Amino acid sequence: MPKLTMVQAINLALREEMARDEQVVLLGEDIGVDGGVFRVTDGLLDQFGPGRVMDTPLAESAILGSAIGMALAGLRPVAEMQFSGFSYLMFHQWEGNATRYRSRTQGQHTCPLVVRMPYGGGVRALEHHSESREAVYAHVPGGKVVMPSGPRNARALLLSAIRDPDPVIFMEPKHSYRSFREEVPEAEEVQPLGQAHVVQAGDDLTVVGWGAMMRPLLKAAEEIKTADGPSLEIIDLLTISPLDSATICASVRKTGRCVIVQEAPRSFSVASEIIARINDDALLYLEAPVRRLAGYDVVTPYFGREKNYIAPVPRIVRAMRETLAY
Amino acid sequence: MPRQTLAEFTIESLQVLDEDGRVDAALEPALEPDELLRLYRGMSRARELDQRMLKLQRQGRIGTFGPCIGQEAVSTAAALAMRPDDWFIGSFRELGGRLMRGEPMVNTLHFHNGWEEGNVLPPEVGRRMLPLTIIVGSQVPHAAGLGYAAKYRGEDAAVVCFMGDGATSEGDFHEGLNFAAVWQAPVVFISQNNQWAISVPREKQTHSRTLAQKGIAYDMPCLQIDGNDALACYVAVSEALARARAGGGPTFIEAVTYRLMMHTTADDPRKYRDEAQEQEWWRKEPLLRFRQYLTGKKLWNDKQEEALLAELRAEVDTAVKAFEETAAWPPDRPFEHVFATMHPALAQQRQEFLAHVKEEADA
Repeated sequence: MPKLTMVQAINLALREEMARDEQVVLLGEDIGVDGGVFRVTDGLLDQFGPGRVMDTPLAESAILGSAIGMALAGLRPVAEMQFSGFSYLMFHQWEGNATRYRSRTQGQHTCPLVVRMPYGGGVRALEHHSESREAVYAHVPGGKVVMPSGPRNARALLLSAIRDPDPVIFMEPKHSYRSFREEVPEAEEVQPLGQAHVVQAGDDLTVVGWGAMMRPLLKAAEEIKTADGPSLEIIDLLTISPLDSATICASVRKTGRCVIVQEAPRSFSVASEIIARINDDALLYLEAPVRRLAGYDVVTPYFGREKNYIAPVPRIVRAMRETLAY
Repeated sequence: MPRQTLAEFTIESLQVLDEDGRVDAALEPALEPDELLRLYRGMSRARELDQRMLKLQRQGRIGTFGPCIGQEAVSTAAALAMRPDDWFIGSFRELGGRLMRGEPMVNTLHFHNGWEEGNVLPPEVGRRMLPLTIIVGSQVPHAAGLGYAAKYRGEDAAVVCFMGDGATSEGDFHEGLNFAAVWQAPVVFISQNNQWAISVPREKQTHSRTLAQKGIAYDMPCLQIDGNDALACYVAVSEALARARAGGGPTFIEAVTYRLMMHTTADDPRKYRDEAQEQEWWRKEPLLRFRQYLTGKKLWNDKQEEALLAELRAEVDTAVKAFEETAAWPPDRPFEHVFATMHPALAQQRQEFLAHVKEEADA
């Protein structure tokens, strides 16, 4: 099995799916000749030609808007937002059209499309290049939100997202784009949407994370296991919406304790929703309050001070210990 | 390099049938008598249904809607010029075209009474016609994508996309036209300039002398037409469709018309415009002049008019009857159409919802 970065793994998924299905087309800013500002689409223009890999004008709303038209006509467009921070320019097309055509026409017209967007901090970038706003998209009915955490699941999830009959926001943790490699099977591997992955089974504490936070979370888990010896159950959400609350609640019923680690601001967030689900289905099993270790409700700071704002390993370790000791 | 003129642009306007129904023989399209009658019938059907819906709305039998009265020519003539495989992308004043493309009146009534079921058209009709767009201008980029898809697949199909005058101020309008032009997509964009975006008049909407000239920014052929002249609409759309099919890319048409009624039934134009202006435009409305044209060609007379109106009244009666006799649809259908497959949390919410509804009905 080759060891790939996430950038390479996503490129592989696009390449595989374009070779398999000629209805799959890519569009976005700088994705063709330049191969994307992160090189995720590198080489695809040469392989598939300008009819299938389109360098579009600089207009996010029309990138999604025209992708909606393509999807309505039966193509499978995969649009790229250069950064998630620019995606609000297309938000009305997402909220007003992409997620609604199915219900508006009771299934007569649908929008099977994917919007890929790098998200998240830690890369010393300019304003609008570091946010984690999955909750914004997860709040909208009719669209799915997927967040891979590593090369292998990024490839497997993207294949599912492109084949999905409904619109999918695919948020790529840019901090993890090149920071590590993983073995990615050469044979096709598909990870169904809507299913969380239990990375490690355990009995004492459930830890839930997703996207870029999985790396520090796993390091913290390793540390606490070595030092304190508790048995942790670690869940990588992979799909934010629809949320796999069955997996989370089954785990919490077993462990009675839960820490949720997220990069995004705390209030009205995915972590908040997870707590609500636990409240619905596992409240009486709790031995401790469910802990949200999240970002703060501040405008994402410039990179000069951003590192204090994304939970580092010691902060995660501490949250785990406090919840275990409660 | 000295200062010099790099490009100069002109804007053409087109009128074939004047306000009194006199035709410019040199511009008159070669339409067979049965096609002319179909066009007149199409416009009359929309007028009849609109007038009935106004009454139904006032009686509380349907919800809020935006009448198309006075604007029947544009979309009906465009629909006549289109082929079945062409996409019809409407804004919200294209009733004539929608009916001409085969939308059953009963669907129109259900839609305007607050039921998504109204948007579910018979498959051969709905295949290439999208529902009304409420978010102004947001359909314009869709048309670019639909056109791109047709071109990508080597289909002979084109896209006809309608919008109002206000839509030409929206970012999506400009983005969509730009994309269609860059891709040379087979799209005909038609702005029905009815002079009013709710209460904002055309002169406050844009400083541009014409709306048509907005197409020049994207180097696409553009034209202003008399939007109350069904023949001019037919000619302009036919030309644009032929160009689109021949690989000549998109066209932008400004159809100058007038919204004779309120924006929607929830609106009162007395608050912002003069009745005299409305009266002036009633004299220029599209059905009147087309009837005079047909009469002049000995294709129409008062007796035929009476018979048509009686027939359309009966057709609308039948549609209203079918509409009002439709059994209530299940309340929980929205749950079924969020995703292709219902996820467990939604299935659970649906059970809760149904239990509440039942309990409240029993109480």
